[in-house]
Amino acid sequence: MKILVCISKAPDTTSKIAFTDGGSKFDENGVQYIVNPYDEWYALVRALELKETIGGTVTILSVGGSDYEPIIRKALAIGADEAVRIDAAESDSLYVAKQIAAYANGKGFDIIFCGKETINYNGSIVPGMVAELLDLPFVSLAIKLNMNGATATIEREVAGGEEVIEVSTPFVVSAAKGMAEQRIPNMRGIMAARTKPLEVVPAAAADAATSVKSYSLPPAKSGCKYIDAENAGSLIQLLHEEAKAI
Amino acid sequence: MSVLIYAENQNGKFPKSALEAVSYGAEVAAMMGTDAVAITCGSISGDGGLGNAGAGKVWVANAPSSDSQAMSKLIVAAAAQAGANVIIFSHDVAGKMIAPRVAARLDAGLVPGATALPSTDFVVRKNVFSGKAIADVAIHTANKVITVLPNSLGVKNTSSTAAVETFAFDAGASRITVKEVKSENKDGEVPLPEAELVVSAGRGMKGPEHWGPIEELAKVLGATTACSRPVADIGWRPHHEHVGQTGVTIRPNLYIAVGISGAIQHLAGVNGSKTIVVINKDPEAPFFKAADYGIVGDAFEVLPKIIEAAKTFKAAH
Repeated sequence: MKILVCISKAPDTTSKIAFTDGGSKFDENGVQYIVNPYDEWYALVRALELKETIGGTVTILSVGGSDYEPIIRKALAIGADEAVRIDAAESDSLYVAKQIAAYANGKGFDIIFCGKETINYNGSIVPGMVAELLDLPFVSLAIKLNMNGATATIEREVAGGEEVIEVSTPFVVSAAKGMAEQRIPNMRGIMAARTKPLEVVPAAAADAATSVKSYSLPPAKSGCKYIDAENAGSLIQLLHEEAKAI
Repeated sequence: MSVLIYAENQNGKFPKSALEAVSYGAEVAAMMGTDAVAITCGSISGDGGLGNAGAGKVWVANAPSSDSQAMSKLIVAAAAQAGANVIIFSHDVAGKMIAPRVAARLDAGLVPGATALPSTDFVVRKNVFSGKAIADVAIHTANKVITVLPNSLGVKNTSSTAAVETFAFDAGASRITVKEVKSENKDGEVPLPEAELVVSAGRGMKGPEHWGPIEELAKVLGATTACSRPVADIGWRPHHEHVGQTGVTIRPNLYIAVGISGAIQHLAGVNGSKTIVVINKDPEAPFFKAADYGIVGDAFEVLPKIIEAAKTFKAAH
């Protein structure tokens, strides 16, 4: 089984979110980057579990600058075999999807794994775009995936419940919570990751289809209005008359 | 020229998220001085209420809505026939599955999860950093795809009816086979992503056997129940109730959180709620900083008072 796992970097979930240059740039000052949790905990770990049970290789693919290398080494430390970095700025989803598709095209990957979304852009769109560009089936929001030969049985989230589907390789899948459990890399993995192959390939020609013009912070809450516990029932009246929520 | 909207048909009914997408598309069409065409699959009764939400025309096709590849072909074909270069989806399960494919096929810029109408030069507002910030995103391509965040803009009722036509389409053989569909929602309960009122609880409830008052308050208010991640992880509540960064993201009108401290990952899933009520016995719980109303007290003493008041209120209204 030849598996490709696309990983993105994301600011640690506890990072302070602020912007510079008149709201046009994310303030990276003091921000710790991590492997996007959906890419790491669910997509990468499930890919490794498949490799361990049925054999094969797991290749990491990232689209980004040299600042991506610690993130890629972490993914290698968790157990991936090799990594590829497409040397390009991650400007917009379609641009990134075109880079991934250009690399993966013709390489014979059986499964292309992605996380369901990044925790910074929350788009949930790159995996579907990659599938379309490669003319492959796409299974979104997968929470369980088992292989039987070339056929995958996948459980995925649908409106109001779950759906179990079957699809044959090759396909693209986006992983959501439930797919696997987080793995902490051990010292052996970290040492081994230093010498695993990391190929840097140039970007394919493509234009960004969208761009962020400006960022802003949501309006601050005006403050919490406290209600005495003894008088808790008055909440209902406030919710009706003041907040107009009920 | 027109604006094409995909409306997800769920067993003959259109969920609020689908009507919101149609309403959004109708407003974009009005801004561009053109008409709004909605496309859906399966069988519908009349125009399914899509005309009231703003669609001028409804096309009904026969296609496997679980197969993103077939659906992408259908939407691209419909866009060509409608002459649409703007295509709207809901940012729901179906939208996340189909919209990216359509955008890639049409070489279109896509803004996922729009929270406002586009400007005339197609700058679209969306939440980023899991709701902790807002971005204004410009689309540079001739074809444009937007997915609309549920519970953001509501539905503008037009009191019109749309003409319903069959859209001829042959999807061909599907590469995905649906084996089983499991529904999680109890009868009559609004699914979490669509719920306007949510009552949620966390570890402060001390055990699954203490959920009675939470369920009772939800029932009296007509709300949907939810929970925090730890509670779902230890199996006190089912996983589909988990709201937060890794669970369901919700934007109800009212979110009542009982015994949830308000970790940043939980807030990321609920910070779009219009009114937040926090009930916690710890006055230092970080959730109070994000709350509109707070009650510091023991849930088991506070909840019966609120349930009583809610019953009285419901009897009078």
